Parts: sequence; C-alpha cells; structure tokens
Amino acid sequence: MDFVVPTVDLGSIAPALLVLATALLVLVGELFTAPGRKGALAVLALLGVAGATAKSFLLWGQSETAFGGMVALDNYGLFFGLIFLIALGMTVLLSVRYLDQMDMDHGEYYVLLLLATFGMMLMASGTDLIVIFLGLEILSLSLYVLAGFARTDLRAQEAALKYFLLGAFSSGFLLYGAALTYAATGTTNLARIVGFLAQAGVAGNPLLWIAVGLLMVGFGFKVATVPFQMWVPDVYQGAPTPVTAFMSVGAKAAGFAGFLRVFLYAFPALSVDWTWLLAALAVLTMTLGNVVAIAQGDIKRMLAYSSIAHAGYLLVAMASNSQAGVSAVLFYLVAYAFTNLGAFAVVVYLARQGQEALELSDYAGLGSRAPLVALAMTTFMVSLAGVPPTAGFVAKFYLFGAAVEAGLVWLAVIGVLNSVISAYYYLRLIVIMYMREPSALLALAESTVGAIFKI
Amino acid sequence: MELALFLSVGAIAILGAVGVVTLRNAVHSALSLITNMVALAVLFLMLNAQFVAIVQIIVYAGAVMVLFLFVIMLLGEKAQESRERLPGQRVFAIALGALLLAEIIYVAQPNLLPGLPGKATTDMVAQGGNVQLVGRLLLSDYVFPFELTSVLLLVAIVGAVVLAKRKL
Repeated sequence: MDFVVPTVDLGSIAPALLVLATALLVLVGELFTAPGRKGALAVLALLGVAGATAKSFLLWGQSETAFGGMVALDNYGLFFGLIFLIALGMTVLLSVRYLDQMDMDHGEYYVLLLLATFGMMLMASGTDLIVIFLGLEILSLSLYVLAGFARTDLRAQEAALKYFLLGAFSSGFLLYGAALTYAATGTTNLARIVGFLAQAGVAGNPLLWIAVGLLMVGFGFKVATVPFQMWVPDVYQGAPTPVTAFMSVGAKAAGFAGFLRVFLYAFPALSVDWTWLLAALAVLTMTLGNVVAIAQGDIKRMLAYSSIAHAGYLLVAMASNSQAGVSAVLFYLVAYAFTNLGAFAVVVYLARQGQEALELSDYAGLGSRAPLVALAMTTFMVSLAGVPPTAGFVAKFYLFGAAVEAGLVWLAVIGVLNSVISAYYYLRLIVIMYMREPSALLALAESTVGAIFKI
Repeated sequence: MELALFLSVGAIAILGAVGVVTLRNAVHSALSLITNMVALAVLFLMLNAQFVAIVQIIVYAGAVMVLFLFVIMLLGEKAQESRERLPGQRVFAIALGALLLAEIIYVAQPNLLPGLPGKATTDMVAQGGNVQLVGRLLLSDYVFPFELTSVLLLVAIVGAVVLAKRKL
C-alpha cells in the first residue's frame, strides 16, 4: 500500500479551528486569572465566537471537501455552525453572572463549552461516519462534565452520571451502526456509500438495514426522540441552567445536523424504509413530549419535555425526505434556538444568590413585578407554541408544509394537533405570570387555563 | 488443527465469561475476565489481526484490568454486595438473553449477512506487516480523525480534573 500524504486543508475547517484555538487559549488563560475574575475568560471566549462567526460568513457559498473527503465545507455545515455559535455566545453571556451566583466560577467551564461547540461543528461538517462519531464524542464528553459542573449538588451528580451512562450506551449503538455500514459497503465515507449503493443496489445486503437501524437509535438518543428520551428531564433539571440552555439548543441541533447528513445524503436508497420509521418516531415523540410537559411543575422539566416535543416536530420535516424538509429543519432550528435560549435566559435572570426560580409558582405575579421580563417570556412562550406572528409560527408552517408536500398530510395534522396541546402549558406560564398573585389560590388559575384550553 | 484450536480457545473464553458473572469473590471474577480477554486475543491472532491481539492484551487485559483490580481492592470485598434487584429481573434477563442468543445463532448462518472484504488483503498484511498497515492508514487516509482523537483526550483530561480535583 502506497503512502499517500492527504491534502491538509485547514482553511476549510477554519471556523471550527478558531473555536478550538480559543478553547486552548482559555485553558491557558485560566492559569493567569485570579479567582473571581474569570469573567475575562468569558470575554476571550466571546472574541473567539465573533472570529469564528466572521470566518463562517467569509467562507459562505464555497463548496469543497478536505482531508480526503473526511469533512466538507458547504453552506449546510456553515449554517449549522452559525447556530452553534449563536448558542455558544448566548450561553457564555448567560453564564458569567450565573457562575458567580452559584459559586462555581471556574475557567474550565468556558473551555468545555468551546470544546463542545468544536465537536458540534465537526458533526455538522463531517462527511465520514468516523468524523461524525468523533465530533459527537467530543461534544458528549464535554456535556457530561458540564452537566455535573455543580459538583457538590446531588442533583447535578445524578444528571452527569445518568447522562454519561446512557450517552455512552447510545454512542455504542452509533458506532456499531457505523461498523456495520463499513461491513456492508466497504467504506465509512458518506459520498462513497452513496456511490456504492448506486452501483450495487440495496438488495441482498441485509446488513445495511441493521446498520441504518442502529444509526437511527444512536442519533435518536442524541436528539432525544421517544423511546430514547428517558435521560432528558433529569439531565436538563440537574445541569446548571445555562448548560441546559446550551444542551437543548446546541446539542439538539448538532444531533440533527449529523442525523440529516447521514440519512438524507448517504442513505436515500433506503428511504422507503426509514421514512415511515421516522414518521412513527415523530408521532410518538411529539405526543409524549407535549402530554407529559403538561404535568410538570418545574420549569426546567417543562422545557425539557417541550424540547422533546420540538425534536418530534423536526422529525416530521425529516420524514418528508426532501430539500424543502431540510430547509424547514434549518429554519426551525434557528427560530427554536433564539426562543429556547431566551426562555432559559429568563430563568437564569431570575436566579438569586445560590437559589433559582424553578417552580412554576415562582413566576406568579411576574407581570407586575418585572413587566419587561414577563413580556419577553411571554413572547418566547408564544413563539414556542407557534402562534402567529412569531418566528415559531413561520418555522412550524414550513415544517408541516414540507410534510404536506411529501404526501404526509396525516403527519402534519398530528403535528398541528400537538401544537394545540403544547399551547396549554406554554400559555399556563403566561397566565401564571400575569393573572396570579404570588401565593394566590391555585384553583382560579387552573380554571382560567382550562377555559383557554377548551377554546 | 485450526478448528481444534478455535474450539478450545472459544471454550476457554466462554468459561471465563461465565466465571465473571457466577464467581462470588470479586477478585476471582476479575481474574476470569482476564482469562476471557486473553482467549479473545488468541482468537484475534487466529484471524491474522496481530495488532488488535496485542492491543487487546496491553489495553484490556493489562491497563483496564489493573484499574478494575485497584477499585476492587480499594473498596474491599464486602462493599459490592448489593441486594437491590428489580422485581423479576432474573426472569427478564434470562428470557432476553435467550432471545439474543437465538438471534445471533440465526444471523450467524453462512451467507445470510454477507459483508464486504476490506481493502487490506492477507497478502498485503503478510508483506507489509499488520502494525505498519494500521500505522500508514492512521497517518494517511485517517489522519484527520486521528488528530481529532487528541482533542477528545484533551476533553477527557479537562473533564477528569474538573470532576475530581478537590479544589479548583
């Protein structure tokens, strides 16, 4: 076998490399900043985010592969990269005061956030199952630690351990799927898989179905679809709130980036089989997420179940297996990123020294106590529910539109019905904020919400 | 010859695996896990995968097992006695295990799941050597994933320090 030196084209992964370099700088900078002054590291991290964002815009429109087809520079990867950078930037901004309040102001926090983003960007731009897997592992490992960053908090420990065990298990599924893909097609490169399947066809290669099934389980875990969602509520509840925000937006978007790239790009030959599976997963995920969210009294748990439901909506577009579906997913993720980060930002904003406002009843009377914050939260909730004229409505419109175009009208109908269910718990928070005095009687609000729900 | 070797090594591997779950003493369990891993290494050797065999011994039978034994010794023998069981766990475990075994036996039929041969043929391995081939691949085709693993290790180091250091 000849030794062929691969093309080293660092320019095509420049945004990710900038994030990585920033992580290393922050890691070293942590040595030289006194305790209590770690905010300077946050500024450094933000500079890195700004640099990577600028570089992404400069690269926009280019299309090439690098490192022998291991990664691709394309608008798809860059767009996802920008979503991750938005999530990262906003999370860093949310974290400075929060870390101080919760007495865990350590520079490693920013290092892990940056490294996680590096992993996400690789997942979005990787065009080889090995790179996608490694990106996922870099992302996951950072998040396991971040989930347990409040080291003395029992709930954080439980979150970290649970996330680690289940996450490692799901990574095993993904890796096994990649290995069987290699056994069935002789390559892990997505482009070569497409080439192989175009030439050899899928008949007489049953390993492929097992491989695709295992890959689906692996990605399903990461984006939290039912029945692989058990870890979500506990982890979202136990993790520091800014980390939860980061996970619910960044990690979910990264999961979908890999999911879409692998399934829609590499395995369209098997789409007859996986589209209906995804449709079934979508129905389960939306319904369970929304119905269970109604019963939650803790706002982080409620948002956790709501994020499960949103993964279901995204699966609807994915099941339509079309270019329109991909565009819808991208647009939805942007709208979702801003609204969900915003909602968590309000939760972080209301935190006080060593204590957070997590119960729904803590939000009673917020409309009179802090009208602007309540107004912001109202906007986010309305947008998450998908009420016009918010971004959430337009995004959902595209999602379900893609499903209708693909002939999945029934799926779109179920999606819309689910949006109606979700309005119950999103609007309940608004009702609590505006119509309930702190410690007022529960019955009044409940009946009001019930009336709205019936309408 | 090959069949006899395979059967005897396979039997040792299975015995080792059974020993891990049935032996009462944790140290004995760990020792039979080593038996199992060494037997697996021999199986890898028989498949012409010398590199994987050596790595199996160095990493699994060596490093990982030393860590296992450390933990067992540190915790003491009695510490791992756990009475906590889900109701009906044993029945479920046996039923699901039997199902999995049936599936594997079914799938193991010849030609039911045809795979593709890899790029490296036995000739190439005989000529260039196993380790050399892996090394060349790592630094040519797979140099990018190879470098990514260093980032992964960095994450692991930072994470270990964050979680374990008493005073950050």
